[in-house]
Amino acid sequence: MSNAPTETAVDERVKSRSRFREALIRPELGGMVGTVAVFTFFLLFAFDSGMFNSQGMMNWSIVSAQFMIIAVGACLLMISGEFDLSVGSMIGFTGMMIAIFSVTLGWPVWLAILTTFALAVSIGALNGFIVIRTGLPSFIVTLAFWFILRGFAIFLPQVIERKTIIGGIKDVAEGDWLAFLFGGKILTGVFQWLGDAGLIATFTRGTREGQPVVDGIPMLIVWAIGLIIFGHVLLTKTKFGNWIYASGGDAEAARNSGVPVNKVKILMFMFTAFCATVFATCQVMEFGSAAADRGLLKEFEAIIAVVIGGALLTGGYGSVLGAALGALIFGVVQQGLFFLNVEPSLFRVFMGVILLGAVILNTYIRRIITGER
Amino acid sequence: MTSLTKKLALAAAVAATPLMAATTASAEGEKYILVSHAPDSDSWWNTIKNGIALAGEQMGVDVEYRNPPSGDLADMARIIEQATASGPNGIITTLADYDVLSGPIKSAVDSGVDVIIMNTGSPDQAREVGALMYVGQPEYDAGYAAGLRAKGDGVGSFLCVNHYIVQPSSQERCQGFADGLGVELGTQMIDAGQDPAEIKNRVLAYLSANPDTDAVLTLGPTSADPTILALEENGMAGDIYFGTFDLGGEIVKGIKAGVIQWGIDQQPFLQAYLPVVVMTNYHRYGVLPGNNINSGPGFVTADGLEKIEMFAGEYR
Repeated sequence: MSNAPTETAVDERVKSRSRFREALIRPELGGMVGTVAVFTFFLLFAFDSGMFNSQGMMNWSIVSAQFMIIAVGACLLMISGEFDLSVGSMIGFTGMMIAIFSVTLGWPVWLAILTTFALAVSIGALNGFIVIRTGLPSFIVTLAFWFILRGFAIFLPQVIERKTIIGGIKDVAEGDWLAFLFGGKILTGVFQWLGDAGLIATFTRGTREGQPVVDGIPMLIVWAIGLIIFGHVLLTKTKFGNWIYASGGDAEAARNSGVPVNKVKILMFMFTAFCATVFATCQVMEFGSAAADRGLLKEFEAIIAVVIGGALLTGGYGSVLGAALGALIFGVVQQGLFFLNVEPSLFRVFMGVILLGAVILNTYIRRIITGER
Repeated sequence: MTSLTKKLALAAAVAATPLMAATTASAEGEKYILVSHAPDSDSWWNTIKNGIALAGEQMGVDVEYRNPPSGDLADMARIIEQATASGPNGIITTLADYDVLSGPIKSAVDSGVDVIIMNTGSPDQAREVGALMYVGQPEYDAGYAAGLRAKGDGVGSFLCVNHYIVQPSSQERCQGFADGLGVELGTQMIDAGQDPAEIKNRVLAYLSANPDTDAVLTLGPTSADPTILALEENGMAGDIYFGTFDLGGEIVKGIKAGVIQWGIDQQPFLQAYLPVVVMTNYHRYGVLPGNNINSGPGFVTADGLEKIEMFAGEYR
């Protein structure tokens, strides 16, 4: 990636490529094309459906941001050559643990959140450790945790509270500094000003009359952007990023050249668990309750976003920006279909067609440009 | 390569056709969106879809049905927000979890969209979120009434086949039934899952481990249909006391055959149909009934099954 001046001696081991070609073979190219296509489509067909008013934009932005948070973790893990199918169950489980710690046991919310993060990251490490130690495919190991974590998410509240939804988190989280970091909203003043200036709609009745319908940027979106920047810098600007690529590309070759492959993979499992917990904490803080069925199918949605974003399922290739664009496409299409008033029973058909189309397109673009077979 | 291009073009055309149909089909008149908490796989909600479609046709208004595909209530909150953003005249929604859904519903009310709570929720909750009214069957009360009835028939223990364990109202039904009988719920409620084969085998396993069980309570067609098969398989059909919530084709057959003693009909048709009629008249002429509407419970027994049989799964 370095743009060394041409006077310096050219290393004969590095193949030279034109800048245009360099731009084309980026993994996120497919994601960029898809994003433009998707927005063009919905601007044409759904412009006056409310999709692009302030409420509508916030709606699909939040959904996309949710996908982005878990996609960043899934993306880095996939590039390092492993899978995590337990993401969705992890979301349900960690959300439930926060609720149990804070509501049932009465711990301060910041302590509940920190403990849950520690617990989740340890489970991620355990996932990674089992995969490395046994040499089993991560697909199977994390599938086991998919069952185990979902089982606990149903069992624990059943035993402790005799129900599968624990509420009342909003009350105990009132004024908690760490809770705000996940469930709060920033720039509320700006949005109030926009509402007062008539640039965005305001509530017309009720206790919130006069307040803008969108009253701030949720921390969920801040987390998504922060994680994307972190993941992108980590992957493209650091030595560790090269190790991630190397571990997924050819683990044996990487090991022989001194890359701590095991450490890298375990750390990536931990990071994926961390991302899932961020997702769960934001959700619990926003809605004020944890339920045993939260996060159903989210592991697949994370993988879909990553794959739409151009990453290879086999590892060693992909980009965080691509995954973020994949998440954006997925979120916009998913909510956009509702705005377009598409028959809801066809919803899954559309998602399947889009996934297939995106992957085929990505593969062809890559083959045409890189000339690989 | 060209064949791929053709295929992609064809796929795009196929994918786009319903979109066009949907965008051009919007007629004049009011627009109402019904948001449910049910996953795609729950067949019971078909009656709801037919109910709003019929009401939309008769009243000359646009109606839409929306649900979270996997039944995740957090996704449902997003759908309510999305429905609000699309600017309908009214939203008809279930209130499956007050913590999750009250925020988006209040936002809808405050931005000028009228809301009616249907099916799940309570009259109190409906008032708190600022909805016009509640149309449905109070779940705990219905379970309690069923429990009293079963107690009168000499039942002392039961198995509650819960196919939707994460939905609080499912548990209220079982809890109400237990309280009506005057027994502890305890381990008499099983998490049956959604898969028919799994439900059938869990019921078989429970009944072989607890052969003294007096009664079976199922919570809808999803759990009732496999339970009927299970009872036929282990020979308890017609012998064990069997009551169920909600109706469906197989349940009606079961009642007729004497396998099922009664079904509790909450008349979902009314829960979907009446809100559309009430809101349309409210928006057109400003008239509004002064109270909540109880669509159930009604006990359906072997007497007078004809009409139910004719429309089961469609309007009943």
